[in-house]
Amino acid sequence: MLRIEGLSKLCGAERYLDDEPLEGPLKGCLWGMTVRSPVSRGRIRDIVYGAGFNWSEFVVVTPDDIPGPNETYLIENDQPVLAPGYVRHMHEPVALIAHADRDLLRRALASIRVQVDPEPPVLDFRVPPRPEQIQRGTDNVIKQLRICKGDVEKVFATAPIIVEGEYETGAQEHVYIENNAMAAWIEDGPAGDVVVVRGSMQCPYYVLNAVKHALKRDETRVRIMQSPTGGGFGGKEDYPSTIALHAALLALKAQKPVKIVYDRSEDMAATTKRHPSLVRHKTAVDRNGRLLAQKIEVILDGGAYVTLSPVVLSRGIIHAAGPYSCDHVLIEGRAMLTNSVPYGAFRGFGAPQTIFAVERHMDRIAQKLGISPLEVRRVNLLKDGQTTSTQQTICGGTDRHALLERALGETDYARLLAQAEEFNREHPYLRRGVGIATVLHGAGFTGNGEVYLNSKVDVAGLPDGRLEVLAASTEMGQGTNTVFTRLAADAADYATDDVLVGMPDTFRVPNSGPTVASRTVMVVGKLIERAISDLAAQLGGGGSPLRGKALKDAIIAWHRVNGGGSLKARATYTPPPNVKFDDKKYIGDAYATFAWGVCVAHVEVDLRTAAVRVLHFTSLQDIGKVINPTLARGQVQGGTVQAIGWALSEELKFKDGGMANNSLTNYIIPTSDDVPPIRVLFHENPYEHGGGGAKGVGELPMDGPAPAILNAVAHATGCDPLAIPLTPERLMPLLEATP
Amino acid sequence: MAGATDLLVHWPIRPEAQDKTYLDLSAISELRPFRWTDVSLHIGALTTYWDILRDPQTRAEFPLLHEAARQVGAIQIQSRGTWAGNIANGSPAADGVPVLLAYDASVVLTSMAGSREIPLREYYTGYRNSVRRSDELITSIILPRRRYDFSVFHKVGARRAQAITKVGIAVTREAGARAANPWRVVASSVAATVRRCPAIEAFLASGALVRVPSDFFASIDADIRPIDDIRSTASYRRTVLARLLYHSLRGVSATVV
Ligand SMILES: Cc1cc2nc3c(=O)[nH]c(=O)nc-3n(C[C@H](O)[C@H](O)[C@H](O)COP(=O)(O)OP(=O)(O)OC[C@H]3O[C@@H](n4cnc5c(N)ncnc54)[C@H](O)[C@@H]3O)c2cc1C
Repeated sequence: MLRIEGLSKLCGAERYLDDEPLEGPLKGCLWGMTVRSPVSRGRIRDIVYGAGFNWSEFVVVTPDDIPGPNETYLIENDQPVLAPGYVRHMHEPVALIAHADRDLLRRALASIRVQVDPEPPVLDFRVPPRPEQIQRGTDNVIKQLRICKGDVEKVFATAPIIVEGEYETGAQEHVYIENNAMAAWIEDGPAGDVVVVRGSMQCPYYVLNAVKHALKRDETRVRIMQSPTGGGFGGKEDYPSTIALHAALLALKAQKPVKIVYDRSEDMAATTKRHPSLVRHKTAVDRNGRLLAQKIEVILDGGAYVTLSPVVLSRGIIHAAGPYSCDHVLIEGRAMLTNSVPYGAFRGFGAPQTIFAVERHMDRIAQKLGISPLEVRRVNLLKDGQTTSTQQTICGGTDRHALLERALGETDYARLLAQAEEFNREHPYLRRGVGIATVLHGAGFTGNGEVYLNSKVDVAGLPDGRLEVLAASTEMGQGTNTVFTRLAADAADYATDDVLVGMPDTFRVPNSGPTVASRTVMVVGKLIERAISDLAAQLGGGGSPLRGKALKDAIIAWHRVNGGGSLKARATYTPPPNVKFDDKKYIGDAYATFAWGVCVAHVEVDLRTAAVRVLHFTSLQDIGKVINPTLARGQVQGGTVQAIGWALSEELKFKDGGMANNSLTNYIIPTSDDVPPIRVLFHENPYEHGGGGAKGVGELPMDGPAPAILNAVAHATGCDPLAIPLTPERLMPLLEATP
Repeated sequence: MAGATDLLVHWPIRPEAQDKTYLDLSAISELRPFRWTDVSLHIGALTTYWDILRDPQTRAEFPLLHEAARQVGAIQIQSRGTWAGNIANGSPAADGVPVLLAYDASVVLTSMAGSREIPLREYYTGYRNSVRRSDELITSIILPRRRYDFSVFHKVGARRAQAITKVGIAVTREAGARAANPWRVVASSVAATVRRCPAIEAFLASGALVRVPSDFFASIDADIRPIDDIRSTASYRRTVLARLLYHSLRGVSATVV
């Protein structure tokens, strides 16, 4: 099946908000821009508006203009909508200005000076804060979590071999193709004026909740609509709430439509990033490499506000022990408050960081024992019936050992190794190596998250007999609409042309939850199937549920009888049976199911420049049933490319706590010429509780490449890289120190 | 304004650039072509990288022009960007300038008052500063036709395309004994301008044996002083320069073993 909106994207008919003509509700629209903090921490003394501008022509919004609490509604409401006299990170929004002339606005913005009395910021999350740097509790800890299974200390006391390691990962910028953008305007409604916000987003109901909260309105007087969205990767999970509120505040004050479109440098400097991490491993093993005890400490840089850090930390620690069986595991995690831009959701949500650490660590255990990286995995990979660190019993019928052997067979791993070693003997300055990583990814929200979300989907039967799926799940390039259409068509036995997927609009669609956590096809897709079978059963009048033409005819007949009525069925989430998680003790089924993967990287290191080039990459994934092979392959390839960037080149450079390389010139994502052939293999083991039998595919591809590539670099060069991004500048000193 | 690939890159966010007046050269067709004489190649001010890439004769006689052109940005930039714009822009990370220097190019500067020819190695006076007066245009670049028995260009960027050079070299060795020293060594992104490296050239001609890359350090340090910046570090640049020189010249120069 072709991508639903593929043609309109290809020929440019589909428009991002920035490209939309200023017509309809945007007629007479003003542009909005954001006045930002010039320092990382301090008390605002004054905002000086530059001379030479007629400021009475501008709309200016300050915290005083916020009708409700100056809070961005999320886990803890500690992030202000506009900094109220005190700033906690560079580029924090301080005030807003709007004007119809975008150029003039840009010049006016440049004239504004925010004067701040600076206070000592925390710019390194790894070192304990000094007293004058404390900004939360007594220790700047945002969140602390712990997983405990067995008794690690008892094992360490007598363990024959202990291997330790310390691993670091850097921040990462999402670089979605469309920058953040939001428009707002005021409409009349039955219960008074309605604030309408339309823009680029992953989670319309997150935006709705945030706008309701700070504007002190209920959902009848706030309407959120998604516009065609050019990528998100987590970067449009929580940040759109901020920019939506900014647009809404300006529109309310101006009583005119307002559009805010970030340019690339602003988007990169001011919006969320992947959490930097430091992970320490201490592992007891026996001579065969069997894991006897794993003690893991995970520290995340949370940035200046809590935002999503507690849940990123949660997913991070749950994945920290890797896809291995071990009876004694202690994982302690904490997210630290610093004066950086708040770190937020990014594809993988904490798991890529901890999986990087454990997968590098497994190779280093093998190295220390003199066994192969394959052997240490063969000995420890989880088997069905064994338990994870949270004591979740793994079942589901995927044989992870067989996955590993298949990946080795498909890549001709043994021959690759031999060829690399022969190549390295001959070549004066190129070194080749092969590396592997075995990974897992929990699908859907962690623990009881899906139960709390209580997601809902409506399916409507239209007067012409077609079906319309009504969900808040967003299409942002990953193919949600195409897959929803396929699932609905299959469930109803319809042609795909007879299925519509409505654009998310909180006046029309119920809350099917955020489009995150690899949950959309698996969780929301299942709800679509259930809503359709309810509708079919309703119309079947007690007989067998209707399908295909019979269903279509029944829908048309219903509308003839109930002219003008609305025919809908709703499905609400129910958890799969026997899934239980104790979110106080972190014991139990952290996820309803896991997706599994094996990555093999083949790399070449240039000793002249310390540049690492990935020559070939293979990714074998068990994501349940593959609904659309092209889109699924696209997810794996795209995730792999994003992970290659994270592993090798994407480095945030900071100056005084702000991103200094906030441009596509200096923040180095891979180009098509840097990307190797990526071979994608699927192991299809349908998951009965997922839409169409699917588990999540969105994030798993981000988990394996970084450790596989670094393991390959270690193999190629004999050095021992422990931190990413492994830029040439970081690798060169390691090479110089390697005999 | 020629291809405008340098000028327009930050256009929307630099209001101050918008307040200046520009002269668009693109319609002056006389500036477009490049032409050959018996003794030299004349590259017009509007000659693009792509113009050179399409031409087999320059590939045969001046292969480094091709090497460099292929590695500028990517195809979109190669088809608009000009060699003269690359010189005039004056970036120490430019990729066109090092190969022109390695071929001993000179620059023709023209104003209402007339024309003058300046050797490219004397063109820059400091970071983004040159001898060109504000009333002068670069109207052409002249490359003398000489025989070379060795040439190499190496650009180290942070990725394989669309990358700004972190450190680069262009090296030629002239065949026949026209000059006392046949070596021309040019380094980019390691000083305030792209520059010739007389100490390294002298070192290569001295007959001293080079057994490991670090043997180049003394002459490298005499020629250049790299810095830490947003793209790389001084120590990386110095190390890579030595390693590139060593591996490029090993077996080419009898002294590099
Ligand atoms: C995405 C991208 C990638 C790039 N990659 C590279 C790269 O890999 N390597 C590299 O070296 N450069 C790169 N550049 C920079 C640029 O493309 C080159 O420097 C190019 O050669 C500039 O030529 P132009 O004709 O576009 O110059 P313009 O932008 O038109 O002009 C540049 C400057 O030179 C002046 N100027 C132009 N022509 C003349 C003239 N005849 N006389 C006097 N002054 C003149 C202009 O006033 C201006 O100050 C890149 C640029 C972009 C946008």
